[in-house]
Order: sequence, then C-alpha cells, then structure tokens
Amino acid sequence: MANIKIDCKNLMCPRPIIDLSKAIKTINSGEILELEVTDPAFESDLQAWIKQTRHELISFTAGVPMVAVIRKR
Amino acid sequence: MRKEDISLDEKKKFTRLEAGFKDMETRLKELEREFQQTQSQMLTNDMTIVVFSGEMDKLMTAFVLATGAAAMEINVTMFFTFWGLSALKKDVQYDGKKFSEKMLTLMMPSGPGSTKLSNFHMLGGGKKFLEYLMKKKNIQSLSQCITMAQDVGVKMIACQMTMDLMGIKPEELLDGVEFGGAATCIGNATRSKINFFI
Repeated sequence: MANIKIDCKNLMCPRPIIDLSKAIKTINSGEILELEVTDPAFESDLQAWIKQTRHELISFTAGVPMVAVIRKR
Repeated sequence: MRKEDISLDEKKKFTRLEAGFKDMETRLKELEREFQQTQSQMLTNDMTIVVFSGEMDKLMTAFVLATGAAAMEINVTMFFTFWGLSALKKDVQYDGKKFSEKMLTLMMPSGPGSTKLSNFHMLGGGKKFLEYLMKKKNIQSLSQCITMAQDVGVKMIACQMTMDLMGIKPEELLDGVEFGGAATCIGNATRSKINFFI
C-alpha cells in the first residue's frame, strides 16, 4: 500500500514531475508513492525522471488517469 | 659472518627502504593533486540557461525547462541578459534615473505579465487568446512558472552589464536574484553538461 498518494490530474507539464519530486522528498527511503496523472507527456517524462533520479518504478498503468507507483531509493 | 657485518647490511637495506618509501610518498601526493584537478574539471549534471529573449513564449520555454530539470534533481542556473531581464522585474522605478534610462524603462515590459509573444502577438490580441487557452487547459502562466522556479531552487543571475546599460536597479528585480558577469556565466557553464541559450 502506498505511503502517500498525490493527485496530479488536470495538471500539465512540468507540474506532474515537479509535484512528484517535491512529494518524494517528504517520504523515507523504501516508502512508496502513488500518483495519478492526466498529462499525456507524463509517460515519457516519468521514464526520463526514473532514469535520472534512480528511484524504483514499481508499476505504471496507462489510462485516464494513468497511475504510477514509485518506491524511493 | 660477524655481528657487525649483519647490522651494516641491515642498515643499508633500511636506508634503501626509507628512500623508496619517501619516493612513494611524493608520488602519492602528486597523484592526489592530479585527482583533485581532474575532479574539478569533471562535468556535473548541472544545467545553465542563458535567457536573452524577453518574449512571453520564449521565457515560458526557459522556465518550464528550468523547473523540469530541477524536478530531476539537476542544479539549474539561469543567466538573464538583455531582454530576458524583463522576466525578473517585480516593479518599475523612475526615481533617480537619467532621461534615457526613464525612456528605456517606459518602453520595456514592466514585468513578466506585460511581455509580448514572439509570434501571433497581434497587438496583444494573440497573447490574450493564448493566455485564455492556457487557463482553459490548466497550463501555468509565466508568472506562476517564475514563482515555481524560485520555489524549487533554480538559481537566477542577472547580468550586471545589461542592468547598468539599461538603468535597471537591483530593487526592481525579484528578491533572491544574484548579480554577475560573463565569467560567472561561463564558470557555471564549464561544469554543466547541459547549456541552453534562449
């Protein structure tokens, strides 16, 4: 179960990744964050964000909204 | 072999070892120095943007990239020169300025809100329409982008030379803005992997 959930529905680039990076700072290593996004650029942005920050992407579900579950490294 | 011979032999050995050890020590120090030098020249994931343009759409691009990079845990420095300084204005002052500076102040945007579009401006109509669309699609305004950049720790440096040239006072710019010249800008750029000019 996610430690925190953030709602980024209806927010456009670059807000979802900014909210994500702010939220990940509030949790401890190993804890889990879930976010919901509608920005179509987010799928690609998330891949780049994960690669850069090296947090772990546990699951990604496409759809409206798309749901990403991330574990802090 | 007599006792004295052995001790003499050992003494020689010891001196040789000592010399070798000293040699290693100097070499280690040299390597340490070289390592530090290489480390200081290594590129970091930092990013710099030279913001030269003062149009709303170009400034949006600069700030969206800057905040996006900050979200990716990249240190961002924005260097504002010429027309780009309009983005940093919080208010306009006329007191204590020369006539030419007053004219420039009057002719230039008084802040991010009064910047023009680089295309489709159409006497402000195009910009109004774009802003309407942005609001409708929940895209942040330029002013919001700037506030967000400050919030996520994007470093902003205003070009001192342009400020002097155009008579822009430090008090007219946002709080937290730093001031610098070409060397400041280049100093940051040499360490950064990503360098943009907008």
